[in-house]
Amino acid sequence: MVQTITQKILAKAANRKFVEAGENVWLNVDILLTHDVCGPPTFDIFREKFGPGAKVWDPEKVVILPDHYIFTENEHARRNIDLLRQFAEEHDLPNHHDVGTDRYKGVCHVALAQEGYNLPGTVLFGTDSHTCTSGAFGMFGTGIGNTDAAFILGTGKIWEKVPESMKFIFEGEMPDYLAAKDLILQILGDIGTDGATYRAMEFDGSAVYSLPMEERMTLTNMAIEAGGMNGIIAADSVTEAYVKERTEKTYEILESDPGAEYHSTYRYKVEALEPVVAMPHSPDNRATVRSVQDTRITKSYIGSCTGGKLSDFVMAARILKGNKVSVPTNIVPATVEAAQSLETEQFDGHSIRKIFEDAGCAIAPPSCAACLGGPSDTFGRSENNDLVVSTTNRNFPGRMGSKKAGVCLASPLTAAASAITGKLTDPREFLS
Amino acid sequence: MESIIQGKAYVLGKNIDTDQIIPAEHLVYSLSDPEEVKLYGKYALSGVPAAEAGLPEGNRPFVEEGKFESEYSIIIAGPNFGCGSSREHAPFSLQVAGARAIVAESYARIFYRNCVDGGFVIPYETAEQLSKTVLTGDELRIDIENSSVTNLTQNVTYTLKPLGDVYKIVMAGGIFAYARQENLMNS
Repeated sequence: MVQTITQKILAKAANRKFVEAGENVWLNVDILLTHDVCGPPTFDIFREKFGPGAKVWDPEKVVILPDHYIFTENEHARRNIDLLRQFAEEHDLPNHHDVGTDRYKGVCHVALAQEGYNLPGTVLFGTDSHTCTSGAFGMFGTGIGNTDAAFILGTGKIWEKVPESMKFIFEGEMPDYLAAKDLILQILGDIGTDGATYRAMEFDGSAVYSLPMEERMTLTNMAIEAGGMNGIIAADSVTEAYVKERTEKTYEILESDPGAEYHSTYRYKVEALEPVVAMPHSPDNRATVRSVQDTRITKSYIGSCTGGKLSDFVMAARILKGNKVSVPTNIVPATVEAAQSLETEQFDGHSIRKIFEDAGCAIAPPSCAACLGGPSDTFGRSENNDLVVSTTNRNFPGRMGSKKAGVCLASPLTAAASAITGKLTDPREFLS
Repeated sequence: MESIIQGKAYVLGKNIDTDQIIPAEHLVYSLSDPEEVKLYGKYALSGVPAAEAGLPEGNRPFVEEGKFESEYSIIIAGPNFGCGSSREHAPFSLQVAGARAIVAESYARIFYRNCVDGGFVIPYETAEQLSKTVLTGDELRIDIENSSVTNLTQNVTYTLKPLGDVYKIVMAGGIFAYARQENLMNS
């Protein structure tokens, strides 16, 4: 029987040869991810349901990456960091990346990749909807709530409905004015925020495989914005090189069989696409940047799991080099590694940090920061009637803080070009 | 689990995401401390833009200013209810505020799972566009065994989609109770 890559991975985790789309299966989980917002309530449920003295099913397989509310004076948020620490100590969990130590990494989805937790063919569940990011490594990654996470914590198992798959094929050579963010916003505009609900989104084609891992992660990261259970890109030599640089763990490369069944297939020629933006208040509210280019913005934000990687900053630096921003522009590296790369990575003879500083950007320490609003003292949080152009992944009402503000989702190229002019601007204005 | 849920309807539109259900700044409160838990009720659905809160008129907050519980116990919504983040605080906050069931045209996956596995509120689906016909404040009665909802104010009954695979989990009160009942937690 032919299967998609998602079916194959789930079959393997269910100790089966074949699983059918639509059937509910019990899976053995390879990694459980949690963070400071959902970890503490997950641990409470675990204690309550499994009883005092209960043991975590496999301490090596639990990864705790605090990242949401890190640099805040909010007492409740700080208490959550303490609760993670207490649980990790109590259960002797080796993979706790504690705040305030040199083990702190930053935003979980990027840190999972950088620290070698992402392995082709494996199954990852996480208490965060953007856990689908890890699918860029030819693995199954999806988000769950606290109760499901507590169940995994005690048993190592969870039920899941095997998804149907949708295929998105991008062919051609990526123009220098397009980024992975433009591709996924294109898809969202085409299928809507529930266009892939309960399905796998499989990305394929020469343009996808020409992308570095960080850009591939931008594609899979936003599968959830279409309601997708997971986003997935089969592993290739680029994936293997990235993984082998970070871990010696073994893995299995799986791919979809020829003739595997898809719910639907979408084909794109990247040369025919344009820089796009998702206007307030929905990630599927797509417009070409040129069609909205007179829209005044009040802030630019370059950061988050989907838009705060080194590759995102290199793109922004290409535009910002030698220019000044005209609106407050906030740079938030996803991880400590990304922050360090701002110093070491050179563009045109200058470090990227220097280019950003010379352009007038503010640079924050790595965390989720204002991507989801957060406590009132969060760096970059939107205020009043702000209209923010942002490389983040959601722009629902109130998402970045202020209930009256709007967010325009865009690539780092577009966010940087718009920061200079103070209005939504096609990056080609600065690349020609 | 009782077989009838009766109460007032609170009507919302489409794509109600979890940031509207419980804004991210409120995710810091304990979900186990009884005093802090009340805050989840207070802020339930507080992120919904005023004009879209309590349709068709709008400007009717789910929980009145200064209160911790809602007068509405059945939420009516369009497609893709609960999209966005995975926060289980979302269905939890609805439950704390007093919601018992949601009747929507469709749900986002993680929210749906959280409702069922955490045993917070029952997520019913229906092919009817109830958010266009039910008015906020209408008295509704859900018959769980017969998968139907009756609008007592308008005297009309609609069919709900059967809960299917998750019926047993809903009836058990969540995934832990279900797993114990089915002996799934010993292996």
